[in-house]
Amino acid sequence: MTDLPATHEPAIKRPVRWHIGVFLLPAFIIYSAIMVLPLIETLRLSFYNTVDGAPAFVGLANYQVLFGDARWAHDFWNALVNNLIFFAIHMCVQNPIGVALAALLSTPKLRFAAFYRTAIFLPTLLSFVIVGFIWKLILSPIWGVAPWLMSLVGTKWLFAPWLGQSGPALIAVSLISNWQYIGIPMMLIYAALLSIPDEVIEAAEMDGITGWSQFWKIKLPLILPAIGIISILTFVGNFNAFDLVYTVQGALAGPDMSTDILGTLLYRTFFGFQLQLGDRSMGATIATVMFLIILAGVSFYLFAIQRRMRRYQF
Amino acid sequence: MTRIIKGMLFASTVLASAGMAHAADVTLTIESWRNDDLAIWQEKLIPAFEAKNPGIKLNFSPTAPTEYNASLNAKLDAGSAGDIITCRPFDAALELFNKKQLADLTSLSGMANFSPVAKAAWSTDDGAKTFCVPMASVIHGFIYNKDAFDKLGISVPKTVDQFHAALDKIKADGTYIPLAMGTKDLWEAATMGYQNIGPNYWKGEEGRKALIEGKQKLTDPEWVKPYEELAKWKPYLGDGFEAQTYSDSQNLFTLGRAAIYPAGSWEIALFTSQAQFKMGAFPPPVLKAGETGYISDHPDIGVGLNAKSAHQEEAKKFLAWVASPEFADIYANALPGFFSLNSTPVKMADPLAQEFVSWRDSFKPTVRSTYQILSRGKPNLENETWVESANVINGTDTPKVAGEKLQKGLDSWYKPAK
Repeated sequence: MTDLPATHEPAIKRPVRWHIGVFLLPAFIIYSAIMVLPLIETLRLSFYNTVDGAPAFVGLANYQVLFGDARWAHDFWNALVNNLIFFAIHMCVQNPIGVALAALLSTPKLRFAAFYRTAIFLPTLLSFVIVGFIWKLILSPIWGVAPWLMSLVGTKWLFAPWLGQSGPALIAVSLISNWQYIGIPMMLIYAALLSIPDEVIEAAEMDGITGWSQFWKIKLPLILPAIGIISILTFVGNFNAFDLVYTVQGALAGPDMSTDILGTLLYRTFFGFQLQLGDRSMGATIATVMFLIILAGVSFYLFAIQRRMRRYQF
Repeated sequence: MTRIIKGMLFASTVLASAGMAHAADVTLTIESWRNDDLAIWQEKLIPAFEAKNPGIKLNFSPTAPTEYNASLNAKLDAGSAGDIITCRPFDAALELFNKKQLADLTSLSGMANFSPVAKAAWSTDDGAKTFCVPMASVIHGFIYNKDAFDKLGISVPKTVDQFHAALDKIKADGTYIPLAMGTKDLWEAATMGYQNIGPNYWKGEEGRKALIEGKQKLTDPEWVKPYEELAKWKPYLGDGFEAQTYSDSQNLFTLGRAAIYPAGSWEIALFTSQAQFKMGAFPPPVLKAGETGYISDHPDIGVGLNAKSAHQEEAKKFLAWVASPEFADIYANALPGFFSLNSTPVKMADPLAQEFVSWRDSFKPTVRSTYQILSRGKPNLENETWVESANVINGTDTPKVAGEKLQKGLDSWYKPAK
């Protein structure tokens, strides 16, 4: 490289590539303005509170109130436990059924696969307001079709006004949410199943692995990364959930706070409800705790699980 | 979660600016939670005002009731709220006045048209300053299906015993659900239940003041007995009342499937337009015949002035008009069930509304016990009362436990002035 002929042009000087910055700028500005700055502002707000009518830095005092004051702590832990149950029901009902549906859909002999795929995915596209409203009507003891349908098969005695009972209400709301969002795990897994090369399946068949054992031994290990992604999406979605509970059970998440999750607790605290005035500092504190919970969950997944997952390359 | 908050804040600012003025006329934007009244404002009230005040236009822009307080506070803080603010009674509005977001209206012409009791809901604790023009109050009671009562031969109950006898009779007959009330939305149980029948037990203002002064507690019999009575309503409610919402109850009654509806007078307009049968109303039954009865005659709506409004003079003109007998007349007749607080009596055409308002002569009025001062802290007594009233009817808590829980919550922040 050193003895280049003198006549040779000097190495082409690359122009400064301004366009990269220009293209990135809009996204950067918008993302900062509506995601990063408010997030930082929320974190900051959680360290402030109104003292003698003026905002003042109070350090961790808001967190002390949230975890130290018996009533605040009671509300918070109640919401967290409900949220964990909400998440557990999604993991135990929505995701396994989603995987099973995807497995069924990907069987080559299934007729009307496109119809099923669309029908099952459709509720995901509906607004949560519509979903909340129709399920409230379906389950209504007065006008609902649920009691009538159950009476047709002689199980009317099993029907109860679930949404109004403090035990079953949370389960009912979770199952409504499952019904709505089951299309997402189904589609992701379906795509993962389709991407398994035929050679692998053929090789398995040559070795005599067919049917269910083929699913368990060949397909499932290959779609595990997709299941991991679904789990983490469910986790983030559930701990940010608010809309469905709000539309079905109201901001007080009745009966007797049995469906109160972190999202509704945050809403009531931050914005206030009826005669209760909003408290931004405590609201920001709860929002921060929620952020930390989600951050911890995602980090755990990224560092402890995803790294150990075996990936197969074809 | 921050995404939801941001979305809401953003939506509220966009909505607020949607009704900006465009002409040379001054346009006053009215913030309200009464989206049910949109037609009445647009067809009756706004034309009546604009005809007399050329150059001032009104824009009525309501928000959903449950979101009103939150969105109004956000808009006021951001400086994007309308000129005229519809005021919730007591602390919610007082808080805005203390933050200097509502202007002082003590000297507004027309304020003299209101009694101190009417102004109390929008005055400072000492009554020295008033910041909203009282607009309307609502009265609690029971609306009943007259046809059903005639068919079953039931006369209007006056005492609690007669009330239960009537309920038993309706239940035994089986045609009607005795009481149209559910606990799903919680506030029905608290507002139409507890605050409706309660004043007869705690003797209206006497008990309410004693509670604020700390002389009575929510664990005292005056405050627990209404819960015991509520718990007795359970067998008279419809099947699956735990999941029955407010609109379910309204429909059950207006469709003629239920005989008695624990009501607020705001239902009158809707019920009159929907029900195909004759209706009557009776006040909350007293404990013993001949006793003084108490009713909840609760100031519900006022109108105030955004202190940061650019059109103070025009807004005051409008508010003075709201305080006039002319407004009271149009409003009370357009919305039977929202009773004017104006000292000048208003003639109302609706018979059901007349029935409700006639109780003002023989019953002592009071306001809802949880509204003044007692819902200032956390936990919020009003919200807790919603939860506990529903719990008592559902049987989740006994009346005694409910009283204890509420008092414990109140004690945690409220120290009555000694």
